[in-house]
Amino acid sequence: MSGPRSFVARRLLLGVAQTVAVVLLVFALTEALPGDAAVALAGDQPDPARIAAIREAMKLDRPAWERLADWTAGLLHGDLGTSLVSGRPVSLYLADAFGPTLLLASLTVLLLVPAGFGLGVLAARHAGRPVDRLISSVTLAVYAVPEFALGVLLVTVFALRLGWLPPTAVGYGTDLAAHPAALVLPVLVLLSRPVCSLVRLVRAGMIDALASPYVAQARRYGVSGARIRYTHALPNALAPAAQQLARTVDWLLCGVVVVEALFVIPGLGTVLLGAVAERDVPVVQGLAVVFGVVTVVLNLGADLVAHRLAPRAGVAA
Amino acid sequence: MHDDTTRSLSFSALRRRGFLAATGVGALTLAGCGGSGSGSDDGAGDGAPKKGGRLRAAFAGGGASETLDPHLANLFADAARAKALFDKLADYGADLSAVPRLAAKWESNTALDRWQVTLREAAFHDGRPVTAKDVLYSYRRIADPKQAFRAKASLEPIDLDASRATGERSVEFVLKRPTAEFPNILAAFGAYIVPDGATEFDKAPVGSGPFRFVSFAPGRSAVFRRYDDHWEGAPHLDEIEFLVANEESARVNALLGGQIEYAHELNPTTARAHEDKGQIEIVRLRGSAMQAFCMKTDRPPFDDPRVRQALFLIADRQELVDGALSGAGEVGNDLFGKGYQYYADGLPQREQDLGKARALLKQAGAEDLRVTLDTSAVAAGFTEAAGIFRDQAKKAGVTVEVRMGSKDSYWSDILDQGTLCCYRSGAMPIEAHISQRLLTDSSTNATRWRHKDFDAQYQQAQSTRDPAERAAVYERMQRRLYSEGGFLVWGFADWIIGTGRQVKGVETDAPANTLDWARFDKVWLA
Repeated sequence: MSGPRSFVARRLLLGVAQTVAVVLLVFALTEALPGDAAVALAGDQPDPARIAAIREAMKLDRPAWERLADWTAGLLHGDLGTSLVSGRPVSLYLADAFGPTLLLASLTVLLLVPAGFGLGVLAARHAGRPVDRLISSVTLAVYAVPEFALGVLLVTVFALRLGWLPPTAVGYGTDLAAHPAALVLPVLVLLSRPVCSLVRLVRAGMIDALASPYVAQARRYGVSGARIRYTHALPNALAPAAQQLARTVDWLLCGVVVVEALFVIPGLGTVLLGAVAERDVPVVQGLAVVFGVVTVVLNLGADLVAHRLAPRAGVAA
Repeated sequence: MHDDTTRSLSFSALRRRGFLAATGVGALTLAGCGGSGSGSDDGAGDGAPKKGGRLRAAFAGGGASETLDPHLANLFADAARAKALFDKLADYGADLSAVPRLAAKWESNTALDRWQVTLREAAFHDGRPVTAKDVLYSYRRIADPKQAFRAKASLEPIDLDASRATGERSVEFVLKRPTAEFPNILAAFGAYIVPDGATEFDKAPVGSGPFRFVSFAPGRSAVFRRYDDHWEGAPHLDEIEFLVANEESARVNALLGGQIEYAHELNPTTARAHEDKGQIEIVRLRGSAMQAFCMKTDRPPFDDPRVRQALFLIADRQELVDGALSGAGEVGNDLFGKGYQYYADGLPQREQDLGKARALLKQAGAEDLRVTLDTSAVAAGFTEAAGIFRDQAKKAGVTVEVRMGSKDSYWSDILDQGTLCCYRSGAMPIEAHISQRLLTDSSTNATRWRHKDFDAQYQQAQSTRDPAERAAVYERMQRRLYSEGGFLVWGFADWIIGTGRQVKGVETDAPANTLDWARFDKVWLA
C-alpha cells in the first residue's frame, strides 16, 4: 500500500494531465465550431473584405497549431494571453469575474453543508417516519424544479410582489458583498438542488452505516447512541457526500450561467458564455485552465477527505 | 500571441443579442442637405423638463470585451454609449435623412464630388475646440486600411488624402465620384468625431457629446456626467449610467423593481403584459427592423423571376407579423425602408394570392418546388417566421424544408450559401441599403442582385442634384425591386423599450439607430 504522499503526487500528476487534456479538447472544439472570432465580430455585416481584415488584425490567418503553441508558451510564463476581441489580458477577465463567483459559491457552500448534513442525519434518524417522509418528498420535489423556473418564481414572489428583496444585482458590479440583500435570491436558487441531492446522499449513507455490522458491534459494546451516530456512522456516511460536495463546489466555481444571467451577476459563467459566442479562443482557454485546475484540486481534496473519513473504502460507504 | 497586443486593436464585443444595432448603417448614403436642428425637443405632454438626477439604463449585448472606442461601436449598447460621449457631423432623423450635428452646414460643387462642410462652434470635454483637424483625424482613423472599423465601408467614397482643412472650422471633402447623398456618410453608424491623436478610449475618453466620462467597467457599467458646455445645451440629467443585463427577464425585473429607469429591447409579450398597467411605460419605436426572406436571384430556382413572384404571393404578411413578431410591427411590401425618405409608398400592398402563385410556378415549370429555408435563433422571430412560411408555402404546393444554422456565424453563412434564408436589417437610409446590398460590387449582397442597368440607375441618382428628380430615380429602382427583387419583405418590427413612469422626454418617433433613439440628453426624471 502506498502512503498518502505518493497518493497525492500521483493524483496531482494525473490532474495536470487532465487539465492539459481539457485545454487541448476545448481548443479543438472551439476551432471546430462554425465561424471564428472574425466572423462572429462581423455579425450581420459579413463583408468578406472586412472579415479578412479583422482576421489579419487578430492574427487568425495563422495556422491553429501556431496559435496554440504561442498561447502555451505564454502560459508556461504564467501569461494567459490577451482577448482577441478587446485586446485586454485574459487574467483581467478572470480576476474581474472570479470575485462574484467565489462570493456566491462560498455563501452557498457555507449554508449547504450544515443544511445538507443536518437534514440528512435527521431524516436517517427517523427513517420511515413522517419527518423522513416529509424531508424526502420535499427534497425530491425541489430537485425536480429547474433553476431558471425557481429563480423566476422567487423573483416574482419576493422581489416584485412582496418587494422584500431586489430582483437583480444589476448596477452593483463586482462589489456584491456591499449589497447582501441582492445575494439572497441567487444563493437560494443555487442552494436548492445541491441541498436536495446532499440530503438524500447523507440520509442513504447514514441508514446504511447504522445497519452495518460495526455499528451493531458498537451497540453490543454498549456505546451510546449519539456517539455511534456521530463518531462511527456519520464519518462513513460522509465519504460519498464529500465527493458530491466537491462536485457541487466545482459546479459553483465554474460559474452558474443560468443564475448569473437571471440575476445579472458578472461571474465566470457569463464570461465563458460571451467568450464562446465571440469565439474569443484565448479567453475560453484561460477559463478552461482555471476550471481544470479547480476541478482537479477539489476532487483531490474530496478524495483525501474521503480517505481520512473511511480509510477502508467499501465499508458502509 | 501575448506580445502581439500592442499592435492589435481591440474589437468591440459582438454578441448574438442586441445585434441588429449594428445592422450596418453604413455605406454611401442619401438624403438631401439640410434638415432642422435636433428635431426632438421634449416629448409632448410631459410637462416642463426637470433638471438633475441619475438615470440607469440597461442594455443587452456588451460583455467583458466591450470598449468605449466609438469607432468600434457595433451593438446597441455601444452606439448608445458612443452617442452620449461623442458627436457625429450629422445624424439620422426619424425618416433616415441626414440632420446636421457638429456640421453646421454642407454645400457641394455642381458636380457633387466636392463638399464644403462648416463645423459649428463646439468644444471637447477638455475645453479644446472641435476643429477641422479633429474631423480629418477621426475619418482617417476609421478608414485606416490596417484596421477593420465598421464605418470604413461608409467612408469609402471620400478621398481622404485629397480632402483637407480649409480653415479652423471648415473641411473640404474630395469624393471619388459624385455622391448626392454625401450628408448620409457624415451620419454613418460609428462615424464619430474624436480629438486629433486620440487612440485610447477606455480610461478617460474625451469627446464633444452631451455627457462626459466618469467611470467604465466593461460588461457591467459605464457612468457619464452632464457636460454643461455641450453645443446643444446641457442635458437635463446629472448622470447617466449604462448597465449590461443580457437576459430580457432580468431587464424587466430590474425595471419593475426600480433598479433601473430604462430597459432597452423588450419582448412583445412583455410589452403586452405591462402596457397600460401603470407600473412602467412601454415605448414602441416603429419601423426599426425590416423582416424578410431573402432569395438568391443568381441560382435555381430563384433565377427565374416568376418563382420569386410566386413566393411574394405565397406570403400572408399579417399572419407572419402576428405570429413571428407577436403583432409588434406592421406588414411590409417587399421594399426596404417603410416610412423613410424616398420610400415608394405609392405601390399597391401585396396580398396573398395562392392561385396566382400556383399559376406562376406552373409557367416556370416548378410545380413541385422544393426549397430549403435557412434560419437560426440569431434574431427574435426568425425560427417562428420560417415555420409559418413553411405552412403558407404548403398551401401553394411548395415544399419548404427549414434548416437551423449556427447563431454565431449565421450572417456570414447565408451570404453565399443556400437559396432562401431569413433576414433582417436595422434602420438605414434606403440608398445605403441599395449600395450595401443591391449593387454588383456590394459587400453584403445576400440576394445576389447584380444588374448593370440597376447599378447605372444608382449612379444616376447619386449624380442628380435635384432631390425631386433623385426621388424619381429611386422610385424606378424600387418599382423594379417590388416586381422582381430578391427580398420578400414581409414586415417591420417595432423596437420596444420600457421606462420607469418618472422618465419623461423619451422620443417615440425614432427608429433604432436614428438620432433620437437611446438619446439621453433630452430625457429627464419627473
